[in-house]
Amino acid sequence: MKIRIKFSKQGYMKFVGHLDIMRYFQKAMRRGKINIRYSEGFSPHQIMSFAAPLGVGITSNGEYLDIEVTDQDTPSFTSQTMTKSLNQVMVEGIQILSCRKLPDTSKNAMSIVCAADYTLRFRERAILEDLEMFFEKLSAFYSQDQIMITKKTKRSQRKLDLKPLIYHLERRGNAVFMQVSAGSGDNIKPELVMESFYESQNWEYPPFGFLIQREEVYGHDQAGNKIPLEEFGENIE
Amino acid sequence: MRKLALNDEILLSVQQPARYIGGEVNMVVKDPSQVDIRFCMCFPDVYEIGMSHLGIQILYDMFNRREDTYCERVYSPWTDLDKVMRQEQIPLFALESQDPVKDFDFLGITLQYEMCYTNILQILDLSQIPLHSRERGEEDPIVIGGGPCAYNPEPLAEFFDLFYIGEGETVYGQLLDAYKENKKNGRNRLAFLQAAAQIPGIYVPAFYDVTYKEDGTIDRFKPNNPCAKEKVTKELVVDMDQVPYIEKPLVPFQKVTQDRVVLEIQRGCIRGCRFCQAGNVYRPLRERSVEYLKESAKKLLDHTGHEEISLSSLSSSDYTDLPELVNFLIDQCSSRGINISLPSLRIDAFSLDVMSKVQDVKKSSLTFAPEAGSQRLRDVINKGLTEDVILSGATEAFKGGWNRVKLYFMLGLPTEEKEDMEGIALLSEKIAEAYYDTVPKEQRHGKAQIVASSSFFVPKPFTPFQWARMCTKEEFLERAYLVKNKFREMKNFKSLKYNWHEADVTVLEGVLARGDRKVASVVEAAYKNGALFDSWSEHFDNSLWDKAFQDCDIDPDFYTVRERQIDEVFPWDFIDAGVSKEFLKREWLLALEGKVTPNCRQRCSGCGAKVFKGGVCYEDKD
Ligand code: SF4
Repeated sequence: MKIRIKFSKQGYMKFVGHLDIMRYFQKAMRRGKINIRYSEGFSPHQIMSFAAPLGVGITSNGEYLDIEVTDQDTPSFTSQTMTKSLNQVMVEGIQILSCRKLPDTSKNAMSIVCAADYTLRFRERAILEDLEMFFEKLSAFYSQDQIMITKKTKRSQRKLDLKPLIYHLERRGNAVFMQVSAGSGDNIKPELVMESFYESQNWEYPPFGFLIQREEVYGHDQAGNKIPLEEFGENIE
Repeated sequence: MRKLALNDEILLSVQQPARYIGGEVNMVVKDPSQVDIRFCMCFPDVYEIGMSHLGIQILYDMFNRREDTYCERVYSPWTDLDKVMRQEQIPLFALESQDPVKDFDFLGITLQYEMCYTNILQILDLSQIPLHSRERGEEDPIVIGGGPCAYNPEPLAEFFDLFYIGEGETVYGQLLDAYKENKKNGRNRLAFLQAAAQIPGIYVPAFYDVTYKEDGTIDRFKPNNPCAKEKVTKELVVDMDQVPYIEKPLVPFQKVTQDRVVLEIQRGCIRGCRFCQAGNVYRPLRERSVEYLKESAKKLLDHTGHEEISLSSLSSSDYTDLPELVNFLIDQCSSRGINISLPSLRIDAFSLDVMSKVQDVKKSSLTFAPEAGSQRLRDVINKGLTEDVILSGATEAFKGGWNRVKLYFMLGLPTEEKEDMEGIALLSEKIAEAYYDTVPKEQRHGKAQIVASSSFFVPKPFTPFQWARMCTKEEFLERAYLVKNKFREMKNFKSLKYNWHEADVTVLEGVLARGDRKVASVVEAAYKNGALFDSWSEHFDNSLWDKAFQDCDIDPDFYTVRERQIDEVFPWDFIDAGVSKEFLKREWLLALEGKVTPNCRQRCSGCGAKVFKGGVCYEDKD
């Protein structure tokens, strides 16, 4: 049976990188006595996959991993008991938010990820004097028809129009909220959006200027709608 | 949520920030204001190395069982953070509370290998604690050292207030009680050190004076304080079932060197290899009962979620109930995707059978540690492993599908001659031949792969070889080239590989291992020259040490290549490690004659460790 687990990653845990989070969950499954399925072969590994890696330094309220458990049709647990068993073996910065059963035919989270929500808060040191001006300019930046940038990777450079990849951008209090394209296609990091905005204003981008938090990750269903990954599954009662 | 000592900008600009955040699974959380004693435990190397060490986990667990004590941890900041902390004057902090180490009552530093000595000074320096014991005041933590290198603490004597000689489980409780008592009565640091000096196993270096002869060797080593003992006897756990084992070891986020459950099955060793310090100072052998170990293994796996369990001991094959324990583990682990790793097993029918069950034969290799290339030299070092045993073990293994063999040797052993060195290549060749003779062409999956490596021999205190002359760097390298050239002559040259350890660092290890108090100034000068992480080959810079020796006007050869007289007073002679100097002397002379000594289960050789009243010395011998 396939289970989708949603968790948050807060506080000091933001310094623990993606690979280590994977190892952390493998050990947590054993500590929490989850009947996770193992692959065949000489050194069996757990059937587990993560939706979208989160960069070091970023907190999140919407991280996902999929696992398979050995329970077939009648599970020995409910969403609630599984969440509880896992939360008992978590560290302070990680909390399991939900465990839901996926249809057997569903694709794994990684392959359907299409968008993610982020909040960016100013760090105290980088806070601007004139916030009103900042948000006005940001909104003007976002309302352009085209936002051309050069996306640099280790090997290549390419021109890219950011505009269609930013699904939403708005002010929330003193923070910036955005929904951007994510996943294996065009994975847009929120810093990239902010950097290009600063560049467009000829401002210097402060390297650690924002506290960034991922709020949610979406997958697309067969009809192409963006749906929070959690909603692909159902509660086990 | 816990607050961190370092801000985001720093943490995001150094490598592997998770080294500095604590908060790992099974970390102990207490309110520091509610305890009497704050103890900071330090492994003076980078986090991934330090977190792999079993001893610290044992003490961490033991201290934190006390309600009045909060034990936390600190490791060496890597060079990138080191720089930032110096620039911004950030005091070194403990991982748990993230509070500065200098605010603790104790800083306990484990001394696992000589090449971490400059890192100890880094820890003190970054903690803003004076480097020398004599400069510390009432506000500074008590700095205490322990672990294998504490069997010759002298090169570090001026940097430590106390040393704990022997196994930690026994008198730490007394020491902490004495500290609390002293504090309650409003008495000062000196009063505590005097109280501590009276506890068995505790050595207070400031309470002893050393005078030297004209030739530089020790004349007298005498207490200068009535509270100090003439001899400090090592502490040891007599009944291993009577001390609690860790139940909830810390589980780091990062991949560390020992990313597994470590089950210590026994302490000590019956074998009596003459070069081995551990085999001598941990005498006598003491086993844990198999029931105890089964119980422990279950708890440890449950509480950590590790995917591997490893047995720890100096020679696991000597554990009486090994088959029962191993079968139990196989039973417990196979269904849960947990691997079993069995280091230090003698290769025989039993171990091959077990290994074929727990590992992928095609991917794993067999390990032998003949240590010396000829039978003559193996007799000198009392390594009871014969060529026949190696060849028949390897042949059995080849039949079972293995084709990789690792061989460990030492170069520079006492009495070593050309034939002994060449024997390394010859033995490797014979193993390769055994493969081609045993496995028919059509059943081979590739060539035999025999990898021989040699480290250079460093004479250690409390071994029969403590009198031995050590080779110079040039001699070491000559010997390595000689072996290498011999390998080239071998028929199966293509199946063989030979590599050797670095020589510079070995020489230095030799100085520190048998050094006296004078060597402290060299360690300090090297540190001030910039030496740090000397055990990391990419950081080790011998020129910093060369300069330090020159500046301090100390000749390293005095400690390494000098011939020692049989009646010389050694810097570590004030320690009673159980094995008597008489026994070691006897063994040294037997070694020079090439005569072997039977192991403890064959016949007791009266080494002196019987005084502890336990372990193998009192086993029924039938
Ligand atoms: S006293 Fe005898 S049996 Fe005991 S450790 Fe020494 S040699 Fe072995």
